Amino acid sequence: MPMSAIPEGLKYTKSHEWIQLDGDVATVGITDQAQSELGDVVYVDLPSVGKTLSAGETFGSIESVKAVSDLYAPVAGEVIEVNGNLDSSSDLVNSDPYGAGFMIKIRVNGDLPGDLLSAAEYSAHVG
Amino acid sequence: MNRRTQTVPEPSLIYSKSKAGRIGCNVPTCDTPEVDLASVVGETRSELKLPEVSELDLLRHFTNLSHINYGIETGFYPLGSCTMKYNPKINEKAAGLAGFAQLHPLQPVETIPGALEILHGVQSMLCEITGFDAITLQPLAGAHGEMTCLMLVKAYHASIGEGDKRKVVLVPDSAHGTNPASAARCGYSVKSIPTDADGNTDLAALEAALDDTVAALMLTNPSTLGLFEPNIEKICKMVHDAGGQVFCDGANMNAMVGTTRPGDHGFDCMHLNLHKTFSTPHGGGGPGCGAIGLQKHLEPFLPVPVIRSVGDTLIADYDRPHTIGKVAAFYGQFLMEVRAYTYLRAYGRERIADISRYSVLNANYVRERLKEVLPPAHDRPCMHECILTAEKYKKEHGVRALDISKRLIDYGYHPPTNYFPLIVPECLMIEPTETESKDTLDDFCDALIAICHEAVENSDLLHDAPSTRIVGRLDETLAVKQLDVRWNG
Repeated sequence: MPMSAIPEGLKYTKSHEWIQLDGDVATVGITDQAQSELGDVVYVDLPSVGKTLSAGETFGSIESVKAVSDLYAPVAGEVIEVNGNLDSSSDLVNSDPYGAGFMIKIRVNGDLPGDLLSAAEYSAHVG
Repeated sequence: MNRRTQTVPEPSLIYSKSKAGRIGCNVPTCDTPEVDLASVVGETRSELKLPEVSELDLLRHFTNLSHINYGIETGFYPLGSCTMKYNPKINEKAAGLAGFAQLHPLQPVETIPGALEILHGVQSMLCEITGFDAITLQPLAGAHGEMTCLMLVKAYHASIGEGDKRKVVLVPDSAHGTNPASAARCGYSVKSIPTDADGNTDLAALEAALDDTVAALMLTNPSTLGLFEPNIEKICKMVHDAGGQVFCDGANMNAMVGTTRPGDHGFDCMHLNLHKTFSTPHGGGGPGCGAIGLQKHLEPFLPVPVIRSVGDTLIADYDRPHTIGKVAAFYGQFLMEVRAYTYLRAYGRERIADISRYSVLNANYVRERLKEVLPPAHDRPCMHECILTAEKYKKEHGVRALDISKRLIDYGYHPPTNYFPLIVPECLMIEPTETESKDTLDDFCDALIAICHEAVENSDLLHDAPSTRIVGRLDETLAVKQLDVRWNG
């Protein structure tokens, strides 16, 4: 079986979120590993645009047929976009976790936290 | 192989057998004046569709449906964390005695000394088994018992002037989901305590979380990992030193009955599921009973009525100035108590420890027989249930714990609990209970070993399972997203 995908160029958290930085905007989702562990995602609860998050804060929750899990903000900042497609098509999190299954975009406020992982470090973390 | 075949017809609704005018019973000739129904209740509902069948049609319909049901009386039911033990029939016989079954809850208390004797008897036996000073049988389910315990803790902290500052309840990450839910329902915020690599409570994390805002720690012992918490006395002392109370989730009491007592470990209160540990019906046969036990300092806050003796007489005491009030109608689920009483007396003090001894022995036997194909999550003896991981089949063959569980249905078994506790990847949680023989356990283990071989050699058998039943693999995702429980016939 193929190992779960961990693209280079993204940053990761130990709680299995990924971020992609484009200037001061961070796109946030959960990793392939996380969606694989969760199983079929049935509901994603996301914040409203405009909400201010601190790093490590719970920004929403994700429900699969197995469990409900919290989602943690990898960086501090303001939510500027929410992936509304997940309302009707939560399966995008399973089928395209690094693309159409993203969750929110955050305008980053301040420095990136020091505990974000590189692809290699996250790969070692999930074993 | 122990595969059962079924030759029952496709299940259908009774409506499909309906024929206009067919009747199942003869109603006696009316001997009172006829009344025009429409003039009393308004327009009658002519569109209301009721099945019209004969008595035999009806009997066959429901008997056939009952044959495709699965229960403890048709096969092994290793559903972890649920203690699906056999409930002896004598419990039902006792609960059906007219003197119990036909009592009215509003009867004057002087007319029900026998019922009070049962309630008091169950309380006394559970006090002795748990090591607590008092028991109330009123909560109607396990989670209700959890919540009642937290309400007592809250009342206790308020009584010593600490109600305003103690707002946090600590819950290990291996806990049942009802624990944080009960805490939140009682107005507490919840902080999660991690489990260490050995499957025990992470003491450093607990120490760091303890301060004067903590109201209680909710600890399941044995834990949902099927492991006895070796630091239990130390943990209780740490929480007490910080001014908190310690609640024991008694879901796993089956591993301790007659062998060791939570009241002696340092817990302040606990809940018991009579419908698990003490052999009263689960679910549809219920409702259940989430009895709670507590130490003396929590006793003033007990819900009313408190069944207690005054001299030689038993009374239902409502005169309790510090009570949290009522948590259930009347006396709780009285007939559950009759069943539990029967069960406890049938075992007796002399044999009650057989419950924990055989349930722990059975779980360890299963664990040992399966360890080559399904390794245990922690390499040490387990208590009443074993937690195994199917992780290697997922990594190497794309087979998940869910697929193994579904394949067990083809082999004629109810699947074990899977994906709980959440901290074990591809988790299978097997609780055989004390009521199963070695022969049954061997047959079940043989089936699981065969399935694990299938996972390697022909994994499609598992992905497509169940394939020999009248209902195949259900789309759980769709069921959650498009919940439809209405009949549209």
